[in-house]
Amino acid sequence: MEKKNNKLSLITNGFLKENPVLKLVLGTCPTLAVTSSAFNGFGMGVAATFVLICSNVVISALRKTIPDKVRIPAFITVIAGFVTIVQMLVKAFLPALDTALGVFLPLIVVNCVILGRAEAFASKNPVFDSALDGVGMGLGFTLTLTLMGIFREALGAGSVFGFAVPFFSANPIGFFTSAAGGFFTFGLFMALAVKLEIAQMPKDGCGAGCIGCKMACANAKNEGGNA
Amino acid sequence: MKLFVSSAPHITGKDSSRSIMLDVIIAMVPAIIASGVIFGLRAVALTAVTAAACVIFEWLWNKAMKKEQTIGDLSAVVTGILLAFNMPSTMPFWMAVVGAAFAILLVKQLFGGIGYNFANPAITARIILATSFAGAMTNFVYPATTCDAIASATPLAANAAGAFAEGGAPYLTLFLGTHGGVLGETSALALLIGFAYLLIKKVISPAIPVTYVATVAVLAVVFGQDPLFHVLGGGLLLGAIFMATDYVTSPYTLKGKIVFGIGLGLITMMIRVFGTMAEGVSYAILLMNLFVPYINQLTRQKPLGAPKKVKEAK
Repeated sequence: MEKKNNKLSLITNGFLKENPVLKLVLGTCPTLAVTSSAFNGFGMGVAATFVLICSNVVISALRKTIPDKVRIPAFITVIAGFVTIVQMLVKAFLPALDTALGVFLPLIVVNCVILGRAEAFASKNPVFDSALDGVGMGLGFTLTLTLMGIFREALGAGSVFGFAVPFFSANPIGFFTSAAGGFFTFGLFMALAVKLEIAQMPKDGCGAGCIGCKMACANAKNEGGNA
Repeated sequence: MKLFVSSAPHITGKDSSRSIMLDVIIAMVPAIIASGVIFGLRAVALTAVTAAACVIFEWLWNKAMKKEQTIGDLSAVVTGILLAFNMPSTMPFWMAVVGAAFAILLVKQLFGGIGYNFANPAITARIILATSFAGAMTNFVYPATTCDAIASATPLAANAAGAFAEGGAPYLTLFLGTHGGVLGETSALALLIGFAYLLIKKVISPAIPVTYVATVAVLAVVFGQDPLFHVLGGGLLLGAIFMATDYVTSPYTLKGKIVFGIGLGLITMMIRVFGTMAEGVSYAILLMNLFVPYINQLTRQKPLGAPKKVKEAK
């Protein structure tokens, strides 16, 4: 963003500092809905990452052509095109994932992570940077959803990616796969992310953490809410 | 002699968190004894396990977070006993420990410890356990003298199934508590002894329990059901006396307490009469706990002699 030598940080930002789910609090709807199992979380993350990278690239390429007043409908159209591709691919090759994700797969169209990055990053930055941003944000999204899925599935259903976990497979704590358990897990992970970031911060102040705050505010103002 | 300079209030009582919690524990002793008599020694053991687990979790949390140790105020013991009161006597011990972890770590300490929890830890943990281990949490047995144990539905569940449609409910059994249910709820007699003790020691005000029970009774009449049965047959007395009166999660003022009690009664009866669950006390208390800040704000006492608010002209 500020300097060209920060190409790597464009990718790593998405992991923790500007983690789309835990820090920017975007895309909470699919996060809460599909993380009841690790595989669903991972599948959702990969699907969203694909759409995110592609739409970031296309929107960045078209950023000078798209009129400012109709930019949101234009972004949505681009995103919807890629979501349709993903949906068809998943339906054809991974019908089990398609059943599990259900309506949340087509709903990637209105996923705030993707629209948020299109608005906040891709529409203002060159194509290559936008692609890197898409990779970073997508990886952060996938990582978070997979970890949340592992946590919830291990405790709530007694398995991880379908493999049984000792003890819990015989005595699952059903709370964690329920909707309330989803919110609880989400809260725990957010707290953990803040804790990790505080631990990473330089002693002299909040360092780069503020960029994350500003981004979140800007996104919230622009989008007016999360899907 | 040491002199202190401090801000008001200058008159201090001997009450402390510790003395109040100790009174609550004393008030719960009759119900603990009753559960031991009705369900056998395992009930007492279960109570001891949850109470010990709650204290240990609180100690560990304070240790890990480098906070001042708060186990001395006995509030964790109260939470543990109340949590055990919400379980059937057959509850596996490890599930009880999981419940204690939820109550202390999740509901109490994550929100800042004693005085800051937005909901009653025991009741919230009970709901989490009920959604997680529905089977174990409703595995009610009534140990009879002639055989090891007989599986037995709670009176409310039996009523929902129409068991008492003719001939009326067995009030004496309900009053003494010799029927299936969770540990603390069955014996109305033991709970009322505890209630009397709390009132005599002025630990709780009667406003919440009385309005709560009265609302339930009145609504039972309105819905054409047996009011006495609804008061004695479920967890109402346990909830009204020990859980709804928790200082942290109930309103400060008398007006607020009455609103709180009526709300509790309404939600409980809505769930009992129209809901799919037989019992609604725990959800009623959790839901009304969430309303407490708003009730407090709306029923705030006006300072004596304060000028009346002038309505703003349109």
